[in-house]
Amino acid sequence: MIPCNTALLRRILVAFIRDEVRKVGLERVVVGLSGGVDSSLSAFLAAEALGAENVLGIRMPYLTSSPDSLQDASAVVAALGVPSLTVDITKQVDAYFESFPDAGDRRRGNKMARERMTILYDHSARWSALVLGTSNKTELLLGYGTLHGDMASAVNPLGDLYKTQVWALAGAVGVPASVIHKKPSADLFSGQTDESDLGFTYREVDELLYLMVDERYSTAELEAAGFALPFIRRVSDMVRGSQFKRRLPIIAKVSQRTIDRDFRYARDWGR
Amino acid sequence: MPEGRFTVAVAQISPRLGDVEANLALHQQAIREARGRGADLVVFPELSLTGYMLRDMVSTVALRLDAPELNHLKKQSQKIGILAGLVEETRAFRFHNSAVLFDRGEVAVVHRKVYLPTYGMFDEQRYFARGAEVRAFDSRFGRGAILICEDLWHPSTAYLVALDEALFILCPSASPLRGVSEGHEQDDNARYWEMINRFYATTFSVSLAYANRVGFEDGIGFWGGSEILDASGERIAKARYYEPDLAIAEIRPKVARRRRIAAPLLRDEDLDLTINELLRIRGRATRLDAKGEVAVLKPVAGRARRVKR
Repeated sequence: MIPCNTALLRRILVAFIRDEVRKVGLERVVVGLSGGVDSSLSAFLAAEALGAENVLGIRMPYLTSSPDSLQDASAVVAALGVPSLTVDITKQVDAYFESFPDAGDRRRGNKMARERMTILYDHSARWSALVLGTSNKTELLLGYGTLHGDMASAVNPLGDLYKTQVWALAGAVGVPASVIHKKPSADLFSGQTDESDLGFTYREVDELLYLMVDERYSTAELEAAGFALPFIRRVSDMVRGSQFKRRLPIIAKVSQRTIDRDFRYARDWGR
Repeated sequence: MPEGRFTVAVAQISPRLGDVEANLALHQQAIREARGRGADLVVFPELSLTGYMLRDMVSTVALRLDAPELNHLKKQSQKIGILAGLVEETRAFRFHNSAVLFDRGEVAVVHRKVYLPTYGMFDEQRYFARGAEVRAFDSRFGRGAILICEDLWHPSTAYLVALDEALFILCPSASPLRGVSEGHEQDDNARYWEMINRFYATTFSVSLAYANRVGFEDGIGFWGGSEILDASGERIAKARYYEPDLAIAEIRPKVARRRRIAAPLLRDEDLDLTINELLRIRGRATRLDAKGEVAVLKPVAGRARRVKR
């Protein structure tokens, strides 16, 4: 059972956002609001940390995005009273794929995620703000996200929380119930859900990941705990296979001092 | 100030990583507040002048103990004792994670961290030279000892300073929060520390001032919760969790006296037994002489010393 002390998590994550944003001399964040539970929770925590007026929520629908998503994002904006804007990404995405009409869903989905990233970063510059991350630990470990797309951010309060913890914390901070209880979806096409894409539920995989990663269970111990071997193998492979997404690009070492190898500084260097 | 009785403050600050000048200013504020509240001694967290996650900054923020940057602290220590954390550079260009007690206008005591955690999220042995001494010292506050953070996770350090007749332990710390389990107002690491602080104060009947920091460095948060315990293990001051604060309390040696009369465990401690067993465990050659005494080789000089068994 994954422990979930929502009162303490809330206190820590609010303090984290406040500290890491203010120490770089800024007061504000921008966050992409998909209408899903992750971005909604990030926005709620940021509003508590920095004040609602310092959180800009940006909705970035594509033509085929579900109207429910836009509505749920609007419910979050209304509940928090944060400033918001809507940038429709259909034109810029379609303009690109006119030249590559045979691109499939994966390329189109990744392109949309990266277009959204460029919009968030542009508005972060316009508004003197940091981009607030929304990727949770489950997605990051499985690699279920777009590199340089939704995985890109300056500060991420959710990266050490499993999806089931995100649900619990979202409930505790007042994220609208409709947002928490709907099926998680990348919303690339109608009827898509994360769990049907992945082939397992978040609750199942979170229990496995928690024991595998946090508690360092071996495969034999995981089997003894009741997980099927093919499921264990599949998830282990996903974690290992997506390691590149969790690291900076590799650099060929030629000098005496190479970035991140023997040039080692915290990101909060001098902050 | 009666013998051994003094008021200690723990300054729970959030240092700026790698910015000694900004941190000196932070120290001034806390020193002013501690003095205003009647403290005779103010204890800052581990590496309070530099921040914790220094990595390659270690050599650039390091200070010799005669560095002009420290003059102001020395001067202020004519009015109040100040224990601050810094990177100490030696004449041989070694860098220590040190806690320095400024008192009566000068550097009175230096403790160099002995146990440098290098596992999990920690990297200290990569950057710091290891301290080689665990000792109590005499001061105008009475006899005490300084142990830095991980030092105190090794029961041997507290045992040694207690036998060296310390009546109080000052523990500067930079303890990261981790482990959020249900039903508690603080993280698992905070609860672990509170348990061992109480254990040491109770077991060795010493007062303990534990000064932890707060703030975040690259997403790693420090839990604060600094505390002062008397020699009976009672918590006599507590700082807030996760936020800057200052906690203050009076250390009264009569508490240790009462405890040590009720249970004179330190008096009864069998040093020779401990030493002999440690030497055996360590694998050093020992032999029995004709009278049945153990002849033990001294670690450095190599001369046999007789230890009664």
